[in-house]
Amino acid sequence: MTHLALALLSARQLATLSWPDILILLMYFVLVIFIGFYVKDSANTSEEFFLAGREMTAWIAGLSFVSANLGSLELMGWAGTAYQYGLLATHWYWIGAIPAMLFLGIVMMPFYYISKTHSVPGYLQLRFGEGARAVSAATFGIMTVLMSGVNMYSMALVMKVVLGWDINFSIWVGAFTVGLYVMLGGLRSAIINEVLQFVLIWAGAALVPILGLIEAGGWTNLKHQIAAQIGNDSYMHLWANTGSFQGNAMGIHWTGLVFGLGFVISFGYWTTDFLVVQRVLSANNLRAAKLAPIIGAIFKMAVPLIVILPGVLAIAVLRNPDGTLMHLVSESEAIRTGQHSFNEALPLMLVRYCGPGLLGLGITALVAGFMSGMAGNVSAFSTVWTYDLYGAFIKKDASDKHYVTVGRASTVVGMLLSVATAYLVMNAASIMDYVQALFSFFIAPLFGTVILGMLWKRGTNAGGFWGLLIGTLSSIVMWVWVYKDPGALRYIALSPDAKPMAENLYRALWSWIICVVVTVVVSYMGKAKSDEELNGLVYGATVIPAEDEVPLWQRPIFWAVVVALLLVIVNLIFW
Amino acid sequence: MSDQTPHPIEHAHPASSSVTAPESGHRPLSIWFFVGILCLGYGLVLLPIGAYQFSHPPAVVLAELHSTFWWGLGMTLFGAFYTIRFRP
Repeated sequence: MTHLALALLSARQLATLSWPDILILLMYFVLVIFIGFYVKDSANTSEEFFLAGREMTAWIAGLSFVSANLGSLELMGWAGTAYQYGLLATHWYWIGAIPAMLFLGIVMMPFYYISKTHSVPGYLQLRFGEGARAVSAATFGIMTVLMSGVNMYSMALVMKVVLGWDINFSIWVGAFTVGLYVMLGGLRSAIINEVLQFVLIWAGAALVPILGLIEAGGWTNLKHQIAAQIGNDSYMHLWANTGSFQGNAMGIHWTGLVFGLGFVISFGYWTTDFLVVQRVLSANNLRAAKLAPIIGAIFKMAVPLIVILPGVLAIAVLRNPDGTLMHLVSESEAIRTGQHSFNEALPLMLVRYCGPGLLGLGITALVAGFMSGMAGNVSAFSTVWTYDLYGAFIKKDASDKHYVTVGRASTVVGMLLSVATAYLVMNAASIMDYVQALFSFFIAPLFGTVILGMLWKRGTNAGGFWGLLIGTLSSIVMWVWVYKDPGALRYIALSPDAKPMAENLYRALWSWIICVVVTVVVSYMGKAKSDEELNGLVYGATVIPAEDEVPLWQRPIFWAVVVALLLVIVNLIFW
Repeated sequence: MSDQTPHPIEHAHPASSSVTAPESGHRPLSIWFFVGILCLGYGLVLLPIGAYQFSHPPAVVLAELHSTFWWGLGMTLFGAFYTIRFRP
């Protein structure tokens, strides 16, 4: 049996739900399933089922865009990471998300939207042909199923640790609920639920940092308490200690943060991962599609308040029953000593402040977060499978109704595969590292291919295909190399001190560079496409509609600049 | 701006984002209505529990702040506003 599974078995139950908590949880499940049945009749065509009829406003698409990402990774994982590394974890929300979201809205969305593609692999097919689409769709299919399994397992972990619920029961209830409402209503159902879940997550989780700050005596006192515990103030800075690998708890250098996280991983995820891009493609016009990621960026910037801050507060306020300061430990140490692990930081904070009623709201918020992540994955998987694998390579000329049926069926199959993955995830030493590894396997090279496809007219079909394939393979080879020989870390991550997260950032950077170099070299060996062939797909060959007649404050670029300035300001404040 | 041919519902009420089948003949429910009804429901569950906890405080840190009651009140007001504003 694995370490994590053993940790679960040895974990003590943190709380017991009272009847108001159960009522709140049940109300949520009833509403979610009701919505699935309610929108079932408006998901009859493939456009309706897979792209929500392209009817969503910028606000809806933007909230859904953020919410689809607000799964287990966000809630439990990052609170635990914040406990381990302090405010450094915030980088994954700010520089690791905001610039990429703005870039998606302003630079990339016009090409996704004008090309009328139904998916990211679909765009690659238009730009680089069937080969690139096949590689992209196959890797995406694998990734989404694995990610969905991670979400599912994380939800079961929360239920087990907090409430003592059987892990199998949690996995199957979550899978059934999400599978049902996505199968019935498709993307429309997923989006409505994601917006609901976003509101609920804030309603259920926002109280924890508020009460935590009150208990800690305010932000200044919190900083002093943590500095006293750690022995220095490195936990409360974003950049000040990233000048050397040894200067911070994560063992990361600012170059890894800026180029590996801020550029490759972040841009790869937020601009090419179809899970999130699909939400924006559902927008009802180009301006809404451009605004949606910008609106999402504003909310994304606020998420550390309910995820990172509770993790940091946990360092200062969590106490053992005897009143001594509680120290959370790694999973392996938790098994050995019976202490609580990092991943329990958020549930422990929840139980600390929330009595009957509020505890149910908090638990429902966690469940909602997990379910939105699962729904995002399964709806994206269904779309890519149906359009880019089944429709492209198995049955090309079927009726629209047939594809909708396949979409519904693949939702169920995708969910069952996710359940199988959830059981496999128990073998991973760390949920976070597992997910990070997935990102760099598939996302970083994909970003290289898509960005060259959109911004470089000279790229050819062969260049796109070989760049994507070799970039993806190189990432896997690097991962296996370090796995077999940990000493290789000094070459991959530029330092033997690098922690797994830093290793993932650098591996992503190398695989992106390899993808770009291969794409460029192979493209120059072939014949360039004409501007006519690239119309609607590439910068310089596409006429992008102007926004001259729209007032300044309604233009996406205006709000992108505002959000970028806000990003700079918050980084300076917490430097 | 006319970045492309406007979609028929481009300038419609936000309810358009969560339509039921148009052929059903019903006015569609807004996504924000669902948000409102959920928050209102939760607020109405939390309020009486919070009131009860004034005399029977739960065994949690900072119970003296009666956060259940005040959070429930906030959710009730927020939920009621959205429910009424976006009612079908």
